Amino acid sequence: MAGENKLIKLKIDNVYKEYEGRNGKTVALNGVNLDIAENEFICVVGPSGCGKSTLLNIIAGLLEPTSGTVSLDGKVIEGTGVERGVVFQQYALFPWRTVLKNVMFPLEMKKTPKAEAEAIARKYIKAVGLEGFENSYPKELSGGMKQRVAIARAYAADPEVLLLDEPFGALDAQTRVQLQTELLETWEHEKKTCFFITHDVDEAIILAQRVIIMSARPGRIKKIVDIDIPYPRTQATKTDPRFLELKTEIWNEVYQEFLEVRK
Amino acid sequence: MSTKTKKRASISDKLWLLLSLAAALLLWYCLSLGKATGRSFPFLDKVIPAIKTMIDRGALGKDIVSSLTCVAAGFGLGFVTALPIAFLMAWYTPVQKIIEPWINFIRNIPALGYAPLLVIIFGVGKKPAIILIWICTFMTMSITIYQGIKNIDVTLIKAARVLGANDFDIFLKVICPATVPFIITAVRLGLSAALTTLLAAESTGAQAGIGMRIRSLANSFDSPPMLMYIIMLGIIGLILVKFVDIIERKLTGWQEKIS
Repeated sequence: MAGENKLIKLKIDNVYKEYEGRNGKTVALNGVNLDIAENEFICVVGPSGCGKSTLLNIIAGLLEPTSGTVSLDGKVIEGTGVERGVVFQQYALFPWRTVLKNVMFPLEMKKTPKAEAEAIARKYIKAVGLEGFENSYPKELSGGMKQRVAIARAYAADPEVLLLDEPFGALDAQTRVQLQTELLETWEHEKKTCFFITHDVDEAIILAQRVIIMSARPGRIKKIVDIDIPYPRTQATKTDPRFLELKTEIWNEVYQEFLEVRK
Repeated sequence: MSTKTKKRASISDKLWLLLSLAAALLLWYCLSLGKATGRSFPFLDKVIPAIKTMIDRGALGKDIVSSLTCVAAGFGLGFVTALPIAFLMAWYTPVQKIIEPWINFIRNIPALGYAPLLVIIFGVGKKPAIILIWICTFMTMSITIYQGIKNIDVTLIKAARVLGANDFDIFLKVICPATVPFIITAVRLGLSAALTTLLAAESTGAQAGIGMRIRSLANSFDSPPMLMYIIMLGIIGLILVKFVDIIERKLTGWQEKIS
């Protein structure tokens, strides 16, 4: 197993979450247990409404579990923390700030001296290939560029864990593939623990060391699949026979859950 | 290429404006000839001497200053009170629950309706006029700003939080800038409300003012200067709108617009 003999970075311990709704309570997560190793890349797939976003929000500290805990380096988390960065599907860029000022935001919060903050921000803007757009406003950028800015901003906060909530879900197929490749490259030389939610099985296999399949509501971990395809992976990996095998396996599991939802 | 097309567009824009002005003048002239409409719409040959008389009598300047003072004071008070109340309503539900229904209730009563109440309390003069404009602009602006704050994208607040922002940072660096477009909309609506209310406000026994003058000229069927005062109200309105446009462009150039 990929996580073996490695330090456990993130421990999700029996997390249970219910919502009080109009029609009584809904159980979103029903006892989720997962150990994520340091520098591991985890992808979570599952039908919509399976609670994968809820789980991410709990790890981020934006939601509190009804019971159970999430620990980072053995310490139970409480609330949000800069060591857990989030990339949202809707980019969440501050529209009144330029690209540079957006990426500088977490550094401003840390009270990093301005010159230093700017240098760090420029470094990450360059890393995501947006050199020359420092003074552009988000409205002037395409969806793919916006998400690159959001990723640069998340990196500028220097988190230990990166939580990505369907970050490429709103992008067209070509841009998505491009950003997947870039994200993998960044991950390979800036190893960070990644927790990536997607509904795209191809994307999950290309990126992850382990794919977590979640069951339909109430959300639970149904199966964990080790992706034993060595890195570096590229789009060519998608024609690998092993890739196709894994894809069939994961897809069948997800599809069963999808049918479950439709019932 | 873009500068060229822009230039051409601006020239033709000016031409259109000129044409539109000419069309209006022509219509005005036709109205001045009509038997029924002639008395209400005397043409420039009668209006221009009337302007001169009003200036010579010193009434015009006094009326404009008086009206603009009322609008500025009433709007200013409305703005500085609407802003904190809007934030309080957005922050504390009890405040909103208690205040909002009454704002909505009073907002829908025409100002002319309760103007006499203010005269009974404050007597005649500028004071009730200013307070009336204050009330009307406050209602419009507090509701607009409050709804704006309520509609701020929650994801932005979440994003700020996970990037290390505390409550104070979120207020200053997310809520405030995100509210600016709504504040501008509120200013726009507030100014328009102030002008509309002006006429009701000056019916409370004002000594001078555009609204008061229109009323008194109407009583003596003196239409040439009256027409000029009405046109002037329109011009003041246009100037205020242009002014807000400039501020808006300065402050919210970052905003995505449907064009």
